[in-house]
Amino acid sequence: MKRVVVAGLVLVSFLVMIGSASLAEEGGKWPGVDESVVEKFAKAAGREPWEPFINTDQGDLLLFVFLLAGVLGGFVMGYNFRKLFPPRAEATVRPPDV
Amino acid sequence: MRRKHLLSIMAPASMALMVVGAEPAYAMHLSEGILPLPWAGLWFALAIPFVWWGIRDLRLRSKDEPHLKAMVGLVGAAVFVISCMPIPVPTAGTCSHPCGTGMAAILIGPSLTVLVASVALTLQALFLAHGGLTTLGADIMSMGVAGAFVGYGAFVFCRRVGLPLMVAAFAAGILSDWATYAVTSFVLALAIHGDSSLWTMFWTITVAFVPTQVPLGILEGFIAAGAYRFVSTRRPEYLGLLARGGVA
Repeated sequence: MKRVVVAGLVLVSFLVMIGSASLAEEGGKWPGVDESVVEKFAKAAGREPWEPFINTDQGDLLLFVFLLAGVLGGFVMGYNFRKLFPPRAEATVRPPDV
Repeated sequence: MRRKHLLSIMAPASMALMVVGAEPAYAMHLSEGILPLPWAGLWFALAIPFVWWGIRDLRLRSKDEPHLKAMVGLVGAAVFVISCMPIPVPTAGTCSHPCGTGMAAILIGPSLTVLVASVALTLQALFLAHGGLTTLGADIMSMGVAGAFVGYGAFVFCRRVGLPLMVAAFAAGILSDWATYAVTSFVLALAIHGDSSLWTMFWTITVAFVPTQVPLGILEGFIAAGAYRFVSTRRPEYLGLLARGGVA
């Protein structure tokens, strides 16, 4: 019974993914909800978004700053994680050199 | 040992790199200039006391809790990375990002969550073309204030009615995400409804968020429950009063 439920869930998930992937392809991309929701309603009301004050949304520059942000954020996480959760002391004691 | 140390720093860095480097996407962040300036000013004015409260809380609590600054650093970096992490939602065919504020609220408390969310949102507005400086106050109110306090409130409520810790943490994650997007919808509706009904506009925007945010909210629930379980298993003393039943 459990196997049937799991198989059913996998099948449904697969179908949903295939179906929605084709829907996304029809739209041509995977827009963020800011574009598909926020900006859509704002534009309809006559509120066009401005260009950012520091506009990094130019070519691959945005990809670069996102990568940089991810690396820096990851390092800060790792550094503090290490401080908060240091590895447990090794249980084995190194035998003296003979 | 040095190799292990390096690995423990490199692993989260690589993970963050993979997820963030995939493709920039924006979600609850209101873009620059979307809000009329009086509304932008009002949201700033409402957000400032919460940020000040977070700064004050950090100063006061760090005297008694030596681990707090490292915890705030860890959670703050996690909120920053999570809130610019695009996740494709197949059921909607769109991308959106979780916020991480539900997780943060149950790990460091709501006032400090507002503080870390403000820092994350400011950096994103300045350098990532993600949100905006004029809409920063509104973004802090939705992601920082609403996300943190609804998440924390849900956690405390669930604990008070006797639900298990993991269920309470899951509820904190899911409800904080939905509250963030509900407040974003409200802020936007207030600014643009014009002569039409505010509530009709609010519900229309909220419903448009549903296909993307329902699955993402569930994901946030799992993130919050997983993070809470990890900390409560490894170092329950970091959770203070929350670890002893979630009633602060």
